[in-house]
Amino acid sequence: MKETITAIWNNWYFQDFLVLSLAGTLTFVGLKLAKRDFWQIAFRQIFQRWSVRICFTILTLYTTVAVLDSIGYHPYLRDKDGDIELHPETKQPVVDSKGVSVLDIVLRPLKNNAENTFSAPLSDQEFAKMTFTTEEGEVVRDYKPLDHPGKHLLGTDRIGDDVLYLCLKGIRTGMVIGALTTLLVIPFALFFGIVAGYFGGWVDDVVQYIYTTLSSIPPILLIVSFMVLFENPGLPQLVFIMGITSWTGLCRVLRGETMKLREAEYVQACEAMGVSRAMIMIRHIVPNVMHLVLITVVLGFSGRVLAEVVLSYIGISVGAETVSWGSMITGALPELSRDPAIWWQIVATFLFMLGLILPANLFGDALRDALDPRLRTR
Amino acid sequence: MLTYIIRRVLYAIPILLGVNLIIFGLYFGLNSPDDMAETILGEKRVTQEQIDDWKRQHNYHLPKMYNTEERGLGFFTQTIFWQKSMRLFIFDFGKSDTAEGKSIGDEIRSRIPNSLAMTIPIFLASLFVNLFFSMIVAFYRGTYLDNSMRFICVFMMSISGMFYIIGAQTVAAQMLKLVPISGFDAGLYKIKFLILPILVGLLRSFGGAVRYYRTVFLEEINKDYVRTARAKGLGENKVLFKHALKNAMIPILTNVVVGIPFLIMGSLMLERFFSIPGLGGYMIDAIGKQDFAVVRSMAFLGSVLYVVALIFVDISYTLVDPRVRLK
Repeated sequence: MKETITAIWNNWYFQDFLVLSLAGTLTFVGLKLAKRDFWQIAFRQIFQRWSVRICFTILTLYTTVAVLDSIGYHPYLRDKDGDIELHPETKQPVVDSKGVSVLDIVLRPLKNNAENTFSAPLSDQEFAKMTFTTEEGEVVRDYKPLDHPGKHLLGTDRIGDDVLYLCLKGIRTGMVIGALTTLLVIPFALFFGIVAGYFGGWVDDVVQYIYTTLSSIPPILLIVSFMVLFENPGLPQLVFIMGITSWTGLCRVLRGETMKLREAEYVQACEAMGVSRAMIMIRHIVPNVMHLVLITVVLGFSGRVLAEVVLSYIGISVGAETVSWGSMITGALPELSRDPAIWWQIVATFLFMLGLILPANLFGDALRDALDPRLRTR
Repeated sequence: MLTYIIRRVLYAIPILLGVNLIIFGLYFGLNSPDDMAETILGEKRVTQEQIDDWKRQHNYHLPKMYNTEERGLGFFTQTIFWQKSMRLFIFDFGKSDTAEGKSIGDEIRSRIPNSLAMTIPIFLASLFVNLFFSMIVAFYRGTYLDNSMRFICVFMMSISGMFYIIGAQTVAAQMLKLVPISGFDAGLYKIKFLILPILVGLLRSFGGAVRYYRTVFLEEINKDYVRTARAKGLGENKVLFKHALKNAMIPILTNVVVGIPFLIMGSLMLERFFSIPGLGGYMIDAIGKQDFAVVRSMAFLGSVLYVVALIFVDISYTLVDPRVRLK
């Protein structure tokens, strides 16, 4: 049982399928919402601001990279002669866990321009002096020239991979953690929040008990504890665990809002006319709390991308094969204390993270101003 | 009031029991103590004897939920669940899982003051600084200053806390050599080590808090009594600082009091990067060493503090808002 679950989790196509279906669902919901007046007006209002338009464009760019990085295949590993490598014990072909995505194909020049070790941005020589044999056959101790001088906009890392390429690969991981977790959170929070708020009484007590209990445990320790359940935790497990440990916040908000809506006149009217409770919740309450869901989703997104850095640092990583900003930062920290410091990895991840989170936060703010008049901040 | 507090304390018991069950289920539901012994002692070169020794040493040789070999109370008490989980209720944390098996309780007691030395200044300084700035922003609402401050807040919220630490260490400690990079000392000498973490803690909380308090103030400013106060001819200063501030205290208090667990639990990242021997650093070390006895104890301690903070939130409401009566 445990093996089967692990096998499904770690199946690469399964992950990509999730990402793509997420992107599809979001587009679908977006188009569906765009037909409603309330949302149309809100979106027209926020898109009038140029800052929102810029943020939205950047977010779309990031999403495109993430989607491109999710369409791909996982070829069998080949040895130097081009033959398919067999597993030493099982004699089965070994799948390349890193895979090849459309993004890899687009970025082939970056991916294949790997050097041997650290080199500064746009430099034409390696970072540290080393002893090597020149083309003329002399043994010298100097800065070794790079194979691809001046081609690395953001330098290279310890094993000579292009930092720009790694940062771009990290986008998918960040987006998956931010967005897929949210997808997991919404159904939980929506169901428990609305049921608790609408029925009240013992149902409310039970739901309140569950979320108070879960949220009382320090989040990092809860995630660490959940991670014990898995043998080789990777990205899907991390997403799953972040999902089931973080639905409590949204649930609390939705419960409060539903308690208010329960007393609203249109809900009272429905009850008087004998509409079933399930119908009231689905047709009348859910659409009226959707703006809160959207706001929490967009603002929670950035929080999760930031949380991954901390988790990565304390050793809860997304797995060795997956490039993530968190693991890049964790790997680059010890190099920062060198003299002169190797700063470009940290700066590059910093810029790429800021480039995602800042527009997400600004966009979330604008959404909140437009959709939730009570919280209007201007 | 007293009956209310007693009821809330009693209500905390099922929550803490639930916390215990969740944590126990996660650690002992699928994994056996043998697996844990292997992780702690090193997977490769470990004999069954060593595993048994370790289990006996740390009381993991007992059955999980009930002990059929014991009579009377021993049926429940001579089990892992009782020894490891239920004893947390009397704050008996037991020994850590590592081979040395240090007392977790002693360790926590000796580390709390170190955490407090860092968190209390952060707590107070950020409260004052953030409230001060948010009131200024609320005072100049709608102006150029307000708009740029809002952007700065969002900008500061968008940066991972790790970068604040790295930036502060690089600039203040490495380049300018104003303070040591990290470390800790006894007595008043620790101040020079604490300046930087306190500053970083302040910076980290600034964006989110100022933005939140600003929203709270603006909500208050649009209310009727504020218009009345203005109509009476009060100056904007008085309206804001005398009337609006008092009424904005409820949401602010919630935000502040919920931070109580942070005071004692410390900050994982700050304590790790600045080598402060507090509880946050203890947690990180324990996670790194897979010392789950410590993780379980800290999770329980965290929940207790959270529940206590929730009770304090409710009590503090009655203090600032006479309309709130606790029943």
